[in-house]
Amino acid sequence: MSMKTSGEDFKHRLAKELENTFMRGAVSSAQERFQTRRLKQADELGHWEEWRLHGEEIRKHVLANLDYYLYQLSENVSKRGGHVYFAQTAKEATDYIQSIAKKKNATKIVKSKSMVTEEINLNAALEQLGCEVIETDLGEYILQVDDHEPPSHIVVPALHKNKEQIRDVFKEKHGYENTEKPEELALYVREKLRNEYLTADIGITGCNFAIAESGSITLVTNEGNADLVTALPKTQITVMGMERIVPSFEEMEVLVSLLTRSAVGQKLTSYITTLTGIKDEGDTDGPEEFHLVIVDNGRSDILGSEFQPILQCIRCAACVNVCPVYRHIGGHTYGSIYSGPVGIVLSPLLGGYNDFKELPYASTLCGACTDACPVKIPLHQLILRHRQVIVENEGKAPISEKLLMKAFGLGASSPTLYKMATKMASPAMSPFTKDHKISNGPGPLKAWTEARDFPAPNKDSFRDWFKHREKGGEE
Amino acid sequence: MTGIIENRDAFLSKIAQQLGHTPKTELTRPTWQYQPQDRVLKGATKDELVKVLVEQCKNIQTEIVITNTANLPVDLQKVVENYGGQSVITWKDERFQSYDLSSLMTEQWPRESIQLYEWDSEQPEENIRQAEKANIGITISEITLAESGTAVLFSEKDKGRSVSFLPEKSIILIPKSTIVPRMTQAARFISEKVRNGEQIASCINFITGPSNSADIEMILIVGVHGPIKATYIVIEDQ
Repeated sequence: MSMKTSGEDFKHRLAKELENTFMRGAVSSAQERFQTRRLKQADELGHWEEWRLHGEEIRKHVLANLDYYLYQLSENVSKRGGHVYFAQTAKEATDYIQSIAKKKNATKIVKSKSMVTEEINLNAALEQLGCEVIETDLGEYILQVDDHEPPSHIVVPALHKNKEQIRDVFKEKHGYENTEKPEELALYVREKLRNEYLTADIGITGCNFAIAESGSITLVTNEGNADLVTALPKTQITVMGMERIVPSFEEMEVLVSLLTRSAVGQKLTSYITTLTGIKDEGDTDGPEEFHLVIVDNGRSDILGSEFQPILQCIRCAACVNVCPVYRHIGGHTYGSIYSGPVGIVLSPLLGGYNDFKELPYASTLCGACTDACPVKIPLHQLILRHRQVIVENEGKAPISEKLLMKAFGLGASSPTLYKMATKMASPAMSPFTKDHKISNGPGPLKAWTEARDFPAPNKDSFRDWFKHREKGGEE
Repeated sequence: MTGIIENRDAFLSKIAQQLGHTPKTELTRPTWQYQPQDRVLKGATKDELVKVLVEQCKNIQTEIVITNTANLPVDLQKVVENYGGQSVITWKDERFQSYDLSSLMTEQWPRESIQLYEWDSEQPEENIRQAEKANIGITISEITLAESGTAVLFSEKDKGRSVSFLPEKSIILIPKSTIVPRMTQAARFISEKVRNGEQIASCINFITGPSNSADIEMILIVGVHGPIKATYIVIEDQ
């Protein structure tokens, strides 16, 4: 799987997903549970806003000094016997990993969940060599068995499937004979995968946070699969997006505290593991050989641009879990491994506007994502900026917002409100604008801003953007 | 043995260029404007932290037993029996002797046909074979986080990683003296070691209850790849 998960265009994907009633029910109930848990945890922790500010300052500092921290990380990994490969492109990364698999004569590879390996299409590259690649995260395993179906959620990849469908997939593909009870399905996978861990030649992981000062990588799971993937095979390969790094254990701790609460509403997940280099002398489990592959794949182009804040992302999916549009259209409509608001911002940057130009319109710009983000990424403002860039480039919007609003099931009043709101030019809004947000808007905006801040239209090119939008906004 | 670093210069130059500076290889540690983590459970006594830990165990599907050194052998035996006995794997760790568990482990268990395997750094394959078939794995927490109900384990040659992952049930001994408010204190302890130039364990596990998943319809399933059941035994040791 690469970034792009579908050959169909946006409108077809949308039409198809809106028919999927199980998915829509599953997504809305999941969103509610995620939100309740996240808010409960934030409340129990206390001073949540201060935690977010601390998370934000850590991420901003790291990005501003990213070259230094990657330098320090690579030095410290090397001191502990690990190899570090810097890959500018997806191909450089997969070529390098292929070369290790060849050197090791690997036939079986176990993997724990990793978005960046999806992004660089690693499994296909390894399968090309004749390696069997086995995903060990329960959700990812289910999708893999089901002919490599794409994930529909960053944290819960098989969210769109119900237990009966999962039973049928196992039955059809593996001859599974038990019931659809989740415990029985999980037990089946447990038994099936135990032997795979024990006999795999290579274990591959992603990386939640690398720690520069100690040369460690941090893995966050509930299942414990990443621990078996790294403890049992003799060779470990960890693939990380270059921005997933913190200065020391102290900052890792803060971001993990934000991540687990925001992602799944837990104080900590069951397994948080920091791994440093190869196994120590005398250790009998742990890898003899360790490779850290640090991937750019378009990220450095985002640095220094107005989209830099998206690199603060810690992949918690809190923005996905509050998004009213995701709720209606589900993850597959986005056509990218990254769905929801973070996917809208990230996919065009990493995969190009050509494939993802409709995504910035799959948003009401309500700002719920920005409010939920534990590291304070101004997501809805970045989405709006994407629209401006697209209209500046194309002369028109690629899809009708009005039709989309209707398709999203947001009712007749929302588009009107939205339209009126967006029609107000930025000078008219300036008396009500504070920190680039309209917090106490007049007229039709009032009802909206009573509940939340509305994003202030960007001052520089709003008129241009609006003019183009009028021309191309309707079909 | 140091590892090989490839393609670094060009990669970091591009980043520095995008950021508008020359590549940096020195930086002083930042001072942060916000430090909310110090407020959590600030000033709590050890006894208060034990209460927090007990409460949190209810959220993480973990049994917790509070005991003292004198009663530890009896209480540990109860948990082992409750888990069905059969076979136990432990680290090779002298703390088991110092807790007077020797007679339980090496005399009583054989009498009751409970097999004991002690991690042996000379026997790599046998370690994994035994860990995989053991019913129960017993480890000891180095630092215990009250807020989240987390035991912190440091791997080393006599303390294999697999002891806490492969067996179906996990028992973690928690000396009361190891309990701290939250992950903040553990992270600082490890950071200080790093800054003093000490070698930290190649694997540090922050373990919070048994393995679980909500990947199927968001329904909690306990015991996916790692242990299905977990018990913490807190030992009053001070």
